[in-house]
Amino acid sequence: MEEELSQIIEECRTAVEDPEYPAVHQWLEANPDGKVLGHFQVYFPEEIAHAAGMLPLKMMGFDSSVQIREADAHIAAFVCSILRTSLEQALSGRLDFLSMYVTHPICDAARHLTGVWTRRFPEMNCQILYLPQNATSPHAPTYLLGEYRRIAGIVEEITGAPISDESLRTSIEIFNENRRLLRELYRIKRETPWQIGLTDSYLLMAAAGAMPRERHNELLEVALPLIRARDNRPQDKLRIVFEGGYCEQPPIEMLSVLQDVAYVVDDDFMIGLRWLTEDVSTSGDPMQNLAVAYLEASSYSPVQRDPRKPKEDMLQERIRESGAEAAIVAAPKMCEPALEEQVAYDDALTAAGLPHLIMEFEEKTTNFEQARMEIETFAESLLFEFA
Amino acid sequence: METQQVAIRPTLSHAGDTRAASRVLMDNWWKQLGEADATASPVANTFVMGSLAEVLNTFDLPMSFPEVAALQTAVKGKSMDYLLAAEDLGYSPDICGYVKVDIGLHATGRDHPLGKYPKPGMVIASNMCNTYIKWAEFWERQYGCPVFVLDLPGWRGTGFEYDSSSETFRNDVKYVEGQIRDLISLAAEVSGKKFDIDKLREILGNVNRMSELYRSILAMNKNKPAPFNALTEGINYMGIANILRGRPEGVEFMETVLTELEERVAHGVGAVPDERFRLLLVGTACYTNFREFVGMFERWDGIFVASEYMSYAGGGIDRGLNYDLSRPIESLAEQILITTQPSMSGIFFSHEWQAKVAEEYDIDGICYHGVKSCRTTAAGLPDAREWLLNNAGVPGLFIQSDLVDSRLWAPAQMRNRIDAFFESLQSRRIQAGV
Ligand code: SF4
Ligand code: SF4
Repeated sequence: MEEELSQIIEECRTAVEDPEYPAVHQWLEANPDGKVLGHFQVYFPEEIAHAAGMLPLKMMGFDSSVQIREADAHIAAFVCSILRTSLEQALSGRLDFLSMYVTHPICDAARHLTGVWTRRFPEMNCQILYLPQNATSPHAPTYLLGEYRRIAGIVEEITGAPISDESLRTSIEIFNENRRLLRELYRIKRETPWQIGLTDSYLLMAAAGAMPRERHNELLEVALPLIRARDNRPQDKLRIVFEGGYCEQPPIEMLSVLQDVAYVVDDDFMIGLRWLTEDVSTSGDPMQNLAVAYLEASSYSPVQRDPRKPKEDMLQERIRESGAEAAIVAAPKMCEPALEEQVAYDDALTAAGLPHLIMEFEEKTTNFEQARMEIETFAESLLFEFA
Repeated sequence: METQQVAIRPTLSHAGDTRAASRVLMDNWWKQLGEADATASPVANTFVMGSLAEVLNTFDLPMSFPEVAALQTAVKGKSMDYLLAAEDLGYSPDICGYVKVDIGLHATGRDHPLGKYPKPGMVIASNMCNTYIKWAEFWERQYGCPVFVLDLPGWRGTGFEYDSSSETFRNDVKYVEGQIRDLISLAAEVSGKKFDIDKLREILGNVNRMSELYRSILAMNKNKPAPFNALTEGINYMGIANILRGRPEGVEFMETVLTELEERVAHGVGAVPDERFRLLLVGTACYTNFREFVGMFERWDGIFVASEYMSYAGGGIDRGLNYDLSRPIESLAEQILITTQPSMSGIFFSHEWQAKVAEEYDIDGICYHGVKSCRTTAAGLPDAREWLLNNAGVPGLFIQSDLVDSRLWAPAQMRNRIDAFFESLQSRRIQAGV
């Protein structure tokens, strides 16, 4: 049982961490005419690509296993690391299999990535998908539907496969299933965090963006009952929420430092995979349902403006709902949106009397000692306080 | 002994008109903001890219442009005081300095070196810079004022052009028009005034005229020598174009500028006495050490004949706004899209524009100035530089500092790079036998 679980986790680890994208190559071998669509963080309606038979691949950055050789000559030094590793992957030829690349205007630095990409890869179809930033405008849903249709049109051109309502419904069902499984994984983290460590739960989750979703569903279908069936004992660890992983990801070693010290009962790692919080309806116009879900039944992040979801309130809700005792409010180095949000989070959590640690991280860090010290000191001070 | 040639500059009857006019207009602007603060009348905070001054002016809402105000603190040598005050509150050294200057100003009693800095009564933040939205959220939290995010769908990819009959264009226009109508309701509520469509028409007419004049002003620099420096004088033109967009004083100012420049051209007077190198500036200047920065180019008789800043930070006014006054709101939506898209979201794909400008203005080289504060303008510059060199044969210089953070100003290093660049331009000339 444990062996089966570790095999699953290993498969996920390879898909997420291997900069050669083995899961994609495997898919391409099985689908020699298949096309791959790369999309940068945070949210992309992957169902649209899937419905035309494309493989959507999430650009999630890499840790120190990817050496920056060329990217720095193309992008200014004061940008975050995920932009640089993603560009490096492209410049090194490892992403040559992409037929289409989409970014979103999530931040000012990421918008430039499309420009760079366009100049470097004139043969690739590079697009910006403008997700609405005036989310409460009564015109936003229609506008977003138009954007989805535009992207769908390009996907159809590239694949030669029309996206019918039927094929889109089938894709939505597959992705609904995936989101349901991910919600289940997060329920385990919340209710019985001793059943699975943070690094394993992270890999199980993140792999969704790095392999065909059908395969990911299969893996989670097997893994979740195995995790539930474990007989681990709860330890006296602090329950915390990790905030700040919506785009660039901390390296696995840093997660391992965290899991040594605390139970991370909820987080926003790779939030785009879990952006839609409910099943997307398959009745009626499926494209419209996807657009409405983005606006009406979705999570939050520093890169989406929606006055109905004040971020500091949302974070407190996340803390409350997961029964956490404290939060780590992190930001990737040089990440403008996350760094700007930190002060508001800090103020709100302080006012609410919620203990929290403000910190920065970088996917390429190799020295974890400082992070360990910070986190340990924070946790110890609280354990002492709660004792 | 070498004989030194002294250029005798003719006396020009319009010399100094622009400078005098802009001083008065800027003073008036600060006075207006101060009065609004004293009388607690609502002020609209808005940004240079996507300001919708057209709507705000219809309701006579005084407009505060926090970017202009932040820039001015740097020119006055005060930005670090505010910036450090914001960092004391926990704001990171790695975020936009304009935001921090503003936060510092609000935290320290709103005393700007040029006048009283009012509280916002409402905010318009376009998505042309994502940081605008974060910045607006700061005021929202601090003052509880309404924030209107104007979402302008931008360029989808390189060479993106609007075919006004395309579905994408119609979709975008509908969205923007809807938002403009919502904004009109909000501005009416905040100002307590009724919407007057004829007044909007009048303002749009003024913007049309300003845009026409602004374009003529830019085109003046196709002359040799170029009559104005886009880096120093240009920023002034652009500042007024923003704060007085749509107002008769704005039109008059542009007329004054044009008259002065026409006279310079007629007399062969250039912005630098002996123009030798014609440059395009991509990115912004460094305002904490502005004179020094400018001097590093002028000592080589280099003149910035064009600047990307005068395009995107002019709110699309350089692209030829041409509002149809018979259907003001619809036309406002269309024109805002048609002009802001290439000028603002085109920043990310601006290589083609740069190549075009380099040709039209007979540019010798491009200066890419990356500022840490502003990823919006700076993140992709190294790549654009390489593209221009390889695809258009235009050499580029990449330097870095900041807008308002003097800690990032490293003059010796910068001077070396600039000197080396001019030397290379010089040897190119010699090789080309020019
Ligand atoms: S980590 Fe932050 S700065 Fe970097 S791409 Fe993501 S949102 Fe932008
Ligand atoms: S990031 Fe640049 S464009 Fe945006 S507010 Fe700051 S200085 Fe202005």
